Amino acid sequence: MEQRLANCVQLTVNEKQFIENALLSELRVDGRGPLEYRKLSIKFGKDDGSAEVQLGETRVMSFVSAQLVQPYKDRPNEGTLSIFTEFSPMADPSFEPGRPGESAVELGRIIDRGLRESRAIDTESLCILSAKLVWAIRIDIHILDNAGNLVDAANIAALASLLTFRRPECSLGGEDGQQVVVHPPEVREPLPLILHHLPVAVTFGFFSNENLVVLDPTYHEEAVMTGRMTATLNANGDVCAIQKPGEQGIFQHIIMHCLKLAHVKAGDITAKIKDAVEKHNNERALQKIKRRSSSVSVDVCGTTARLGGKQNQSGGGKDNSHLDQLKPKDEANFMECDATSSGQVQINKKDEGSKNFTGGPSSWYGKKDPYSECVNSDLLKAPMDSEC
Amino acid sequence: MEYVSPEGLRLDGRRPMEMRQIRAEIGSVSKADGSAIFEMGNTKVIAAVYGPREVQNRSQQISDRALVRCEYSMANFSTGDRMRKPKGDRRSTEISLVIRQTMEACILTHLMPRSQIDIYVQVLQADGGTRSACINAATLALADAGIPMRDLVTSCSAGYLNSTPLLDLNYVEDSAGGPDVTVGILPKLDKVTLLQMDSKLPIDILENVMQLATEGCKAIANYIREILLENTKQLEYRRGS
Repeated sequence: MEQRLANCVQLTVNEKQFIENALLSELRVDGRGPLEYRKLSIKFGKDDGSAEVQLGETRVMSFVSAQLVQPYKDRPNEGTLSIFTEFSPMADPSFEPGRPGESAVELGRIIDRGLRESRAIDTESLCILSAKLVWAIRIDIHILDNAGNLVDAANIAALASLLTFRRPECSLGGEDGQQVVVHPPEVREPLPLILHHLPVAVTFGFFSNENLVVLDPTYHEEAVMTGRMTATLNANGDVCAIQKPGEQGIFQHIIMHCLKLAHVKAGDITAKIKDAVEKHNNERALQKIKRRSSSVSVDVCGTTARLGGKQNQSGGGKDNSHLDQLKPKDEANFMECDATSSGQVQINKKDEGSKNFTGGPSSWYGKKDPYSECVNSDLLKAPMDSEC
Repeated sequence: MEYVSPEGLRLDGRRPMEMRQIRAEIGSVSKADGSAIFEMGNTKVIAAVYGPREVQNRSQQISDRALVRCEYSMANFSTGDRMRKPKGDRRSTEISLVIRQTMEACILTHLMPRSQIDIYVQVLQADGGTRSACINAATLALADAGIPMRDLVTSCSAGYLNSTPLLDLNYVEDSAGGPDVTVGILPKLDKVTLLQMDSKLPIDILENVMQLATEGCKAIANYIREILLENTKQLEYRRGS
């Protein structure tokens, strides 16, 4: 209730009229066309299963975690999925601390319906011991900055984090075969979740003038618009959830038209998410390569140390973490580390005057190195597994 | 499980396009400004409307239109197993929001600035389609309270099981995990105001299911209109003119 009021107070009559009149001539306040999406960028955190999505100015972070619990009695063979939303007062003055408000509940429910009821996640693969132990997957969604269309951003964040989440592998042991052993990630490679399809939410805004339909409304447009519809679709054209909670009435043919548009957009967004996830997975795989500890030469150590020092001077947090990686592999790093050139490692080296190196094939540094282009992440993983 | 038999009958003996029996009663809460009971088969909902009245919390007052509030609750005894969490769970918060915004769309709020309208709906018996029944009951109660509205909002659900579109799902069909489409329309304007959908359904089938639900809404609208007319006649008769 308070949130709604706060939204109304934000805009003056002049501003509202301006937005509507501009829309009549197919112009939007931020220079987009009516059916254009804002720029979407997905970043991943250091941990598996954390993602931050930026949609225009809207920023949403999502974190997935898993826990072993007892399953529900009516579904003994299925893991559970729950979604929690946190609308921090930092993101928007109308968000109040404490209990989740109506909009937070609604957002959680839309994402929950899209993911759970369409059975996007294979919950049966999360079962370890029937009726005794299953994985409970928990998605925490934090709104960091509200610039409109939180639902879409939160949904993309949830999907991205689910796609990168890894749960530890479990096996049954003991005399009776009922003892559950959870293998730490160092011992066995953690497993990704099985996602059958990606339900992507696409939100439309409707205005008092019936012919106006806007995709991905911004904060100001949200304050002006009189109706909203969120359609959750996957790339195959299946509708997974629709939410049009009352408000202004619209004709049915407009709804169908919107759904078709949403289908196209959902395809685009799915591709973007998959690209981002694949890139992240490759980087992750490359970072995990174990180095051979054979010695190459002694004088290299000196260079590496110097390099580390320079990184420290210039670097923020990111550089430091790479520093840790660089140190142990000091001897053998020429062959193998350079193979990871798609990561930031190489970039750092280039920046920090990698010409000092003498031991390695220095001619690589300037160009793209021949190895990384044909590196397949699966191939890289394979030798590691065998070593463990 | 088989939800439609080879003879084309559903579990409760209805045809796929058949609605459950609906029954409505106006004026069931004496203290309220408007009230109604609405039944769809075994689903039974009571609604009460208070207002337009002075805004209770001054800070919520809106200067150019009325404030509409809605509270949805389910009676503890409404379902088969007694409920553990009686109030304030996520589902009822969402349904409250949905009902409020649906009713707000049809109330002429700009005619009653600086006032408040409260809608209370409670589910007495739950057998699927509570959301729709609540909206229908709220419409009747609002009309009974004499609150100016654009149109009567009516709502109905439809599903898709055993590759057959089914109208007005009951609890067993609802919990089958198939798609469930709830539609709310403004029948005179022929506009969709509420649309909620679960599960997975291709776009073209969704269109059919939505169409079916819309037909159901129109049938309910006719019935509600009859009830209201009947009620008005009664009032006129009692006045003795």
